[in-house]
Parts: sequence; structure tokens; C-alpha cells
Amino acid sequence: ALAGVKSIHQVCRYLKYSYHQQKNLEGYVGFASLPNQVYRKSVKRGFEFTLMVVGESGLGKSTLINSLFLTDLYSAEYPGPSHRIKKTVQVEQSKVLIKEGGVQLLLTIVDTPGFGDAVDNSNCWQPVIDHIDSKFEDYLNSESRVNRRQMPDSRIHCCLYFIAPSGHGLKPLDIEFMKRLHEKVNVIPLIAKADTLTPEECQQFKKQIMREIQEHKIKIYEFPETDDEEENRLVKKIKDKLPLAVVGSNTIIEVNGKRVRGRQYPWGVAEVENSDHCDFTILRDMLIRTHMQDLKDVTNNVHYENYRSRKLAAVTYNGVDNNKAKGQLSTKSPLAQMEEERREHVAKMKKMEMEMEQVFEMKVKEKVQKLKDSEAELQRRHEQMKKNLEAQHKELEDKRRVFEEERANWETQQRLQQQQMEATRYSTHTRAQFVYMHHHRVTRGSALCKACACITHCRVGK
Amino acid sequence: MSEATKPQPQAKGEKTPISDTSYVGIDAILEQMRRKAMKQGFEFNVMVVGQSGLGKSTLMNTLFKSKVSRKSVQPNVEERIPKTVEIKSVSHDVEEKGVRMKLTVIDTPGFGDQINNENCWQPIMKFINDQYETYLQEEININRKKRIPDTRVHCCIYFIPPTGHCLRPLDVEFMRHLSKVVNIVPVIAKADTLTLEERDSFKKTIREELRANGIDVYPQKEFDEDAEDRMINDKIREMIPFAVVGSDQEYQVNGKRILGRKTKWGTIEVENIAHCEFAYLRDLLIRTHMQNIKDITCSIHYETYRVRRLNESNILFTSNPPDHPAPATPQPNGVAAHRSSVE
Repeated sequence: ALAGVKSIHQVCRYLKYSYHQQKNLEGYVGFASLPNQVYRKSVKRGFEFTLMVVGESGLGKSTLINSLFLTDLYSAEYPGPSHRIKKTVQVEQSKVLIKEGGVQLLLTIVDTPGFGDAVDNSNCWQPVIDHIDSKFEDYLNSESRVNRRQMPDSRIHCCLYFIAPSGHGLKPLDIEFMKRLHEKVNVIPLIAKADTLTPEECQQFKKQIMREIQEHKIKIYEFPETDDEEENRLVKKIKDKLPLAVVGSNTIIEVNGKRVRGRQYPWGVAEVENSDHCDFTILRDMLIRTHMQDLKDVTNNVHYENYRSRKLAAVTYNGVDNNKAKGQLSTKSPLAQMEEERREHVAKMKKMEMEMEQVFEMKVKEKVQKLKDSEAELQRRHEQMKKNLEAQHKELEDKRRVFEEERANWETQQRLQQQQMEATRYSTHTRAQFVYMHHHRVTRGSALCKACACITHCRVGK
Repeated sequence: MSEATKPQPQAKGEKTPISDTSYVGIDAILEQMRRKAMKQGFEFNVMVVGQSGLGKSTLMNTLFKSKVSRKSVQPNVEERIPKTVEIKSVSHDVEEKGVRMKLTVIDTPGFGDQINNENCWQPIMKFINDQYETYLQEEININRKKRIPDTRVHCCIYFIPPTGHCLRPLDVEFMRHLSKVVNIVPVIAKADTLTLEERDSFKKTIREELRANGIDVYPQKEFDEDAEDRMINDKIREMIPFAVVGSDQEYQVNGKRILGRKTKWGTIEVENIAHCEFAYLRDLLIRTHMQNIKDITCSIHYETYRVRRLNESNILFTSNPPDHPAPATPQPNGVAAHRSSVE
């Protein structure tokens, strides 16, 4: 009987420990500061985000990117792809490092100029798919390395797809593209240049698009449900407004005394940040302020894992046949692989160095050219000024000569006049003349002028 | 006849008419022509070409102030994009101040909407040439009708999407092929997307590209008859392509009811030239140049086609083949030379 009681105690104790009970702590332990530690570490490390923009030429992609991140990624000195129509679809990457409040973000924008612009657009999505796959492959390879200290994450986290505001529905190209990409990347469809549509047209267009998206079973990015009621309500509001109708602009206009970003038309100003006018603020908040991390997570957990399992399954299924140079995962010894990695790294560094030297050369040449040009310009201006000065000098000389002539004339005239006057009234004017001609020197008390011995009251002697 | 139409005799270089015998009455022919034209009525065939969703049907309705477009006539057809370019034409008899006109609007749904738009202008070329062919057949007939029904396309309005950058390859290809067989009037569709500066720079780019590609849009420089025409047409050529906005809904602005588009930041008035150039397009097409457009179609484009066809049938020495895809046409100067040689 005793043995039984003992065992019951044992059983009870075992049961107690196998439950995951919420234990109330009796003092402050301090792991509530874990989020802060994570936060501090991430801030130090900085964040990365890669965004891809796809759409036909002229839909305002570059302007929207500039508006979203308040930088001039594409500016006058470095014009974006919009100003040239390409013959084939290219994939271009631009990186920019943005700092705000001590947090730094390495933003990569992947642009696809030439998409949908040709007469025959079949397979214009292929370069895009290839690029996404190559980024996944890079990440897969860097994951399988022996030395994994740096794993740069250049996978595409989000793809903004721009729909032209026709007002009717999706074009065949839109549907085809989204069907091919919705399993590889987070697709967020946007209605571009939404200031073309009146509010009613916009509503109808959005409904039509969502209907077609569901009809073709396209999986666009889904906002996650959270436990928080408040957040869920916000998420639902966003979901009702999909696809977001955006207007981009970086020009600042005065409206009612306020300075806002917008587009100035003769009939009014369409404000970018006014939620009555367009959904730009919703997009920005969603993309940057609330869901950026989620986009990265979904890319990592869903899209990348899909790619990885497909790739690895293909390798193992085909056995030896699928040996691409980078695809081999565990056939070499780790040391040999390390050697190879080191060699690769050195080669890459050398290449980068060469490229940078080339860029430097080019820049130096440009600068030299600019300096030469400005020097020539200065020279020209100098010459011109000199010429002006000489002309002015000449003018003045001429004027002076004329003036001298006039003066000489006048003087001779005066002299003639005086001579005449002398001739006629010599006696009475003598004294006056003397007065005119010199200063009387008079000592105090005497009335005699020392110079001409004339008796006069000198008023001039001071 | 002469009693009813005897205007006051104009003093042509003479101080006062001495008697009625100095007035012959030649200018009364204008009145006769006017009456005949009013009895006969006019015909005008317009084709609208452009991608889906650029507002073609709305613009047609706005131009003619009534529901003349294909969509208004068949309101229950669902909005699907056809797999190939279709040609649908709708005719209306409109009347204004006693002048009757048979207006035909030819729509081309499916143009430029596919993924692969190679040769999407060919159905359109074929249609235009078919109309010329029909007219030619009627003309060649031994027993001709008194008035041959004119279904030739007089004017083709091409809608350029308002990207703001430059013409797309598809636009250039289409206009290059078709400017030789029909009068093309390019317009910038949905121009309320562009601010005024963007609009000006876009127009400049388009004009340069048209010039670089040798595309001659209406009004063509070579068909200007005299200095006055050239002056007027030069002014128009400075303004093409017109940036238009279409609307068939009325709003109240400043106490007046006008056609426009109402947005949260303002109302766009369609007929206000400060907002868009719809008024200029309407004046060009309807009020001032309609007859000129028809003349150029009849006397130049049609004649070019006729010469080519007659040459071909001469060479073949058989009865006329039904239709032919060759798009190249001889220069209009050649036509003039041919005509003068015939005369």
C-alpha cells in the first residue's frame, strides 16, 4: 500500500511538470527587455529591402518610387529608364541607403524597363522570372556555404505591379504576368495614375479587377490576420480598397496656404497624401510602416522555401544528371569547398576593383571635360568683357576729346571776351581785376594791400 | 429662281450700279448648291482606333452630342476583350438645322490589347481597302447608280495613351502603315492625366517622332492648296496631337450645365480650352475641315488605290482580283501626274 502511495506522488509530480503552465513570476527577472535587445541589434545591423516595380512604360513607376521614399532615385542627372523605350525587357537594379531616426535601410529597387512596350510582348515576363530565380539561387548557394557569416539577402521581397487605368478591366498581359509570378514573389497590384479616374469609375474598376483576379485564381499578397482587434479592422479597411489606386508626385504645391505634394491641373490640384484623392498614404503605410517585415517573412518562409524544395527535389530526383557548377551541395569536402569559396571571393573582389577603376576613369574624364568647358566659357566671357571695356574706354576717350575741344573753344572765347572788356573799360575795372586776380595781403589795422599797394578794405583776407 | 435668289448687286470696282444689267447672277449658284446639298444630305465615316479603355466611345458620343458609339447601341454586350481585332460599324442619321448627315462610326475593338500585337493593323487595312474596292466596283459598273453610297473611311482617329514619354512602337507602326491610305488624326486620350507642362513636352516628343518616322498625319503638308490654307493648317499642325477628354455626363458649374468629369479636386470641363483641346478637335473635324477631309479621301487616297488596282488588273490582264494585302502606295504626286496625263 505504501508503495502505491509513493507512486501516486510520483505520478502527480510528473503530471505537474509535463503541463506548460503559465507561471507567474514572483520577482522581476528581466527578460522583458529581450525586444529591446533585438531592436538594438537590428538597428546596428541595418535593414535591407528589395522592391521590384513592373509595368508598362509611362505609368509613373519612377515617380511613385521617388514619392514613396522621398528621395530622388531617378533624377535629372541619373535619368531612369522611362526616357528611353527599350527593345527588349531589361532588369535594372538601383541601390540607395536611407537613414531615418538612426535606423538605416538599404533599399534596392529593381526596375523592368521595356516590359509590355513592344509590339509582340510574348514572354516579356521571362527576364523577370529569371531574375527572381537567380536571386533565390544566390541565396540558396550562400546558405549552403561553409562560411555563412555574411548572407546578403537580395531576394525580391515585394513586386508592385502597375495596372493601366483603362477603367475596364485587366489586360491579357496583366493576367498572364500575375499568373506566372504569384507563386514566386509577393505581388501587390496597383492602379497607376489614378487621377484619371473619377471616384465612381475607380470603385467600379477596382471591383472588376478583384473579380478577374479571383476568376483567374491569382494569389496576390494577403495581409495577415492578427490577434489584435484594432489591427484587424485596419487590415480589413485596406483589403476593401484593393487594388490600391495611387498617384505619385514629388513637386510641392501651395494649396490653401499649406504646402502639399501634388499635381497641378487647370481645374484643381490632385494631392498625393490626401486619402480622399488617392490611396498613396495607405500604400506607404502598408509597405513601409507596418508590413515590411511581414513581406520579408513571407518571401523567406513561403516563396523561398517553395523554390528551394523544388530545386533540391529536382537535384536529388535526377541524381547525378543535374550537376550544374553551383548546384552541387554536398559532394565535396568542406575544406575544398572553402578553398573554392575563397578563390571565388578573391576573383569577385578583383572584378569589383576593376569596375570601380573604370567608373573612376570615366568620372575623371567627365570632370576634366566639364572643367575644360567651363574654362573655355570663362575665357570667352573674359574676352567679351575686355572688348566691352575697350569699347567703353574708346567712347569715353571720344567724349573726352570732344569735351576738350569744347573747353578749348570756350576758353579762347572767354579770353577774347575779356580782352574786349579790358579794351573798353580798362580804368574802372583795374582794381576790380586785381581783386579778381589775386588775394589781398593785408596786415591787421593797415588798409594797404602789400601786393598791389591799393587801398581797399579786404574782405577776403582771412 | 432668279427672283427668289437675287441678292443686292455687289459693286465690283464700280461706284454705283447703273442698272440691273450689270449683275449676271453667277453667285446664285452657291444657293443652288446649298439647296441641293440639303436635299441630298451628307455622309461621313469615322474610324476610331486605339487600345481598350482609352475612351474612344465616350469621345464619339461627346463629339456628336448623342449616343452614336457602338457601346451605346449594344449596351448589354459584356466588356470582354476580343481575341482578334474586330471591325464593328454603327450608322446613324443625324440632323441639325435642316442639314441631314449619315454618320458612320467604325470601331475596332481588340486593337493593341493582346500580348502579341504583331500585324494587328492588318484587319484594319483590309477593311479600308475593301471599302475602296466596293466603291471602285460601283464606279466601274456599266449601269452606275446615280449616287454611289460612300462607305469609304474618311477619317481615322488614333488614340495615343497618355504615357507622357514617347510613342510606343505599336503606335509608330500603325500610323506608318495607315497614313498612306487614310487621313489619320492622332489624339492624346484621357488627357486629364497630364499636367500642362507634361502635355506640352509629350506633344513635342510626338511631333518629333512623327517627323522622324516620316508619318504624315492630317492635315498633310503636301495637300495644302494655297497660302491661306497653309497658314490655317500650319496653326493646326502646331497643335496636333490634340489632348482630349471626353464625357457624356453633365455637371453644374457656375450655374451652367456643362459636360465634364467630376473628381474630388475639381471638375474638368470638356469644352473649356483651358482644360483640354476637345473644342479644337471638334472644330477641325466637324465645323471647318470636314469637307476637306472628305475631299482628300476621295481625290487622293481613293485615286491612289484606284491607280494601283487598275495597274494591277492591266498587268494581270484578267478580271479584278478580290483583294490584296500590299500596303505600298505610289506618291500622290504620281497620282497628279497620272491624272493630268489622262486629261
